[in-house]
Amino acid sequence: MLLSPALAISAVLFTLGVAGVLLRRNAIVIFMCVELMLNAVNLTFVALAQSLGLGGQVFVFFVMAVAAAEAAVGLAIILAVYRHKQSVSLQNMNLLKDG
Amino acid sequence: MTLTVFWIFGVIAMGSGLLCITRKNPIASALWLVVTLFALAALFVLLDAQFIAVLQVLVYAGAIMVLFLFVIMLLNLGRPGPTDIKGPLGLLGATVLAGALLLLLRPLGEAPLPAGIQLPPGTVATLQQQRGMVGSVATPLFDTYLVPFEIASVLLLAAIVGAVVLAKRKL
Repeated sequence: MLLSPALAISAVLFTLGVAGVLLRRNAIVIFMCVELMLNAVNLTFVALAQSLGLGGQVFVFFVMAVAAAEAAVGLAIILAVYRHKQSVSLQNMNLLKDG
Repeated sequence: MTLTVFWIFGVIAMGSGLLCITRKNPIASALWLVVTLFALAALFVLLDAQFIAVLQVLVYAGAIMVLFLFVIMLLNLGRPGPTDIKGPLGLLGATVLAGALLLLLRPLGEAPLPAGIQLPPGTVATLQQQRGMVGSVATPLFDTYLVPFEIASVLLLAAIVGAVVLAKRKL
């Protein structure tokens, strides 16, 4: 049975994604870490679909569709910010910050 | 045998995921993420989700990662420069928080599934043999999940329009 190793790998991949978001300042790399987290969740869905029914595999479709939409809009936002600031570092994104 | 292959691809996925978050160059990060996505596709095949594995390679490793690499190269971020990785304090904080999260997530993998919601063993395999790999996923998609499917199409349309509006200098 592959369920337990799949959930273990998925937990590690999700943790790596969270660690990447906490560790990096580059907005694009942080975006990629979010994709890593989404993929960890996809692995969980597929692993559980084996014993709980194929609805899990259908849900992976929706996660992929949302990830594609998110990547398109998010990268467009990063492009727009880069045009203003000439940088994609999160340290420079402080327009809403007081002072 | 299957378990060994599963762990091999799992270790590849986890190792390249680690390399992805620690490489200084964003292009190297993106390419290591592609390796992770391919290893995950292999895991999907081993978990009896061949169609999802093909989609993973086509949509994720193909389309989405090309979009990422395109933006990285458009903004010329591949050139050598100061690192964007946080200093020792940030590294410590990230390690501690990620370790705590892993400790929280691990017991979930070991917990037994409730017997009431579990299908009898072999149900999914029989369904896949009857309807084929694509049909067994497509039937619930266009039947039970028809409304979410239509909503997803509206979401993708909104994303297309939004991306054009955001990225265009002047409409």
